[in-house]
Amino acid sequence: MKRRSLILPVMLFALLALVPLLATLGPRSFILAITTRIVILALAALSLDLLIGYGAMISFGHAAFLGLGAYSVAILSSHGINNAFAHIGCALAVSLVFALITGAISLRTKGVYFIMITLAFGQMLFFLGTSLAAYGGDDGLTLAQRSLVFGAPVLKNDVTLYYVCFAALLGAYLLCRAIVASRFGRVLRGIRDNPVRMQAIGFAPFRYQLTAYVLAGMIAAVAGVLLANQAEFVSPAYATWQRSGELIFVVVLGGLGSLHGAIIGAAAFSLLAELLSHYTEHWAMIFGPILILVVLFVRGGLTGLLGGGR
Amino acid sequence: MIPLRIEHLCKSYGALKVTDDVSLDIAENELHAIIGPNGAGKTTLIHQLSGLAQPDSGRVVFMGEEVTHLPMDARARLGLVRSFQITSILPRFSALENVALAAQARDGSSFRFFSNASREADLNDIAMRLLTRFGLHERAQVAAGSLSHGEKRQLELAVALAAQPKLLLLDEPLAGASHEEAQRLIVTLQTLKRELPIVLIEHDMDAVFALADRVSVLVYGRIIASGLPQDVRADPQVRAAYLGEEV
Ligand SMILES: Nc1ncnc2c1ncn2[C@@H]1O[C@H](COP(=O)(O)OP(=O)(O)OP(=O)(O)O)[C@@H](O)[C@H]1O
Ligand SMILES: [Mg+2]
Repeated sequence: MKRRSLILPVMLFALLALVPLLATLGPRSFILAITTRIVILALAALSLDLLIGYGAMISFGHAAFLGLGAYSVAILSSHGINNAFAHIGCALAVSLVFALITGAISLRTKGVYFIMITLAFGQMLFFLGTSLAAYGGDDGLTLAQRSLVFGAPVLKNDVTLYYVCFAALLGAYLLCRAIVASRFGRVLRGIRDNPVRMQAIGFAPFRYQLTAYVLAGMIAAVAGVLLANQAEFVSPAYATWQRSGELIFVVVLGGLGSLHGAIIGAAAFSLLAELLSHYTEHWAMIFGPILILVVLFVRGGLTGLLGGGR
Repeated sequence: MIPLRIEHLCKSYGALKVTDDVSLDIAENELHAIIGPNGAGKTTLIHQLSGLAQPDSGRVVFMGEEVTHLPMDARARLGLVRSFQITSILPRFSALENVALAAQARDGSSFRFFSNASREADLNDIAMRLLTRFGLHERAQVAAGSLSHGEKRQLELAVALAAQPKLLLLDEPLAGASHEEAQRLIVTLQTLKRELPIVLIEHDMDAVFALADRVSVLVYGRIIASGLPQDVRADPQVRAAYLGEEV
């Protein structure tokens, strides 16, 4: 990474770090709630950028991992297990297994078939969620409380929750930044650009793609754990294909293959949705044309517009 | 041991027989040229040897090991490495990184997630040495997609060599190169052929006769003649197949 291209991400994280301070200037809890959601959305979108932007794996079922993370919190909590580390551990383990199985199958296919099969797996999980009558079925489930840290309700404080989400995003960002520049990441990027060339020098694409798929799924599952805690509620709606589409929208809007583009995309998406929803309930209709304009005229999404470079 | 044995290889695309009972042994330290008219099935043969296409029947034996059903990456790891008729590089990566990636494929595990690969001096040194050998050292940091056509052909060879081949399959390495570039490549191949066996597909007859130890002629998927260059050149069947063409 060149020094110049560090400016944008550093500024982004600095700004995010100051949010709780800035929030005191306005309707504090509202601002905190929306920025916490932005950070969580950014975390999920960031993991999807690893897949799409660096691996050319267009998953249309990424929200399934949000669902897995959120339900890890809800189901364990409803059985009296409130420990945050148990929730995270469960989310990571379940998403690991789910990603290994669905990834191993999906990666047998290419192009539009990959999109369709990931969509199908996502929908499978969504319907599984709706059929879980014991955990609210269609309606979802309200949490009695947020996850506990060593028995203490640390996350009850919205500022603390925000900083936990912030730390998760920063950690995931630094992790992905390192990964894409590593040996592994270089192979992944090579496969994205020209899989046949990579095979010709001895790389079997499957194992690298599957590893990236699992990593991205696990990061998204952490986002799901945070989402459940933020909303204190889970429902199968977290795992719908619309949600997966939203995630794709966010990374494309922010700029594929830049990682911090996911953060910009998440912020732009959420703020725009918030703003537009004041004027019309059909705000989603305005999004379509905006995305088309961004894709057509701004190379590299909003990140490209801001000149942050890749 | 015979490095590469091709036994009764057959392949059809629908009714079209692209490979028709091809058997061939590639000897140690031999440059074996395969020539033939357009559409004769030369590239398809290389695809089957390298694992990009599956034969319908027959066997490919590399270094005593049957590789007929191994995928291309597994064959490359064994040392059976190919180049492409249509340049196949990573256009967004620098020339150096294109070669360094091939070196990385031969240097331990690529499941390393934390340290920056482009700063690995070992890999960069190997890559730089190969780029120098192909006259590309001053272009090392240029994105491969921005290189000239001839430079891309050179890069493709450097990449193949970085993968540490025990045998090279070269599909028209001179295709589209200028006259000077072609001369340069021929000189490079002349030194290269002393290091390892090479199967060379080439249309440029000057190159073929400057380089080949043996020549096989492929027409409609069949080998119609195989032997020393001067014998093949004199073969009446070959002359008929190349009717009107200078052989
Ligand atoms: N995937 C494919 N499906 C159907 N037909 C194919 C396929 N690949 C090649 N062919 C046909 O097989 C024949 C041999 O093609 P091939 O590319 O092997 O010829 P070649 O000897 O390399 O020709 P050239 O000198 O033009 O490179 C051609 O008629 C081609 O149209
Ligand atoms: Mg050909």
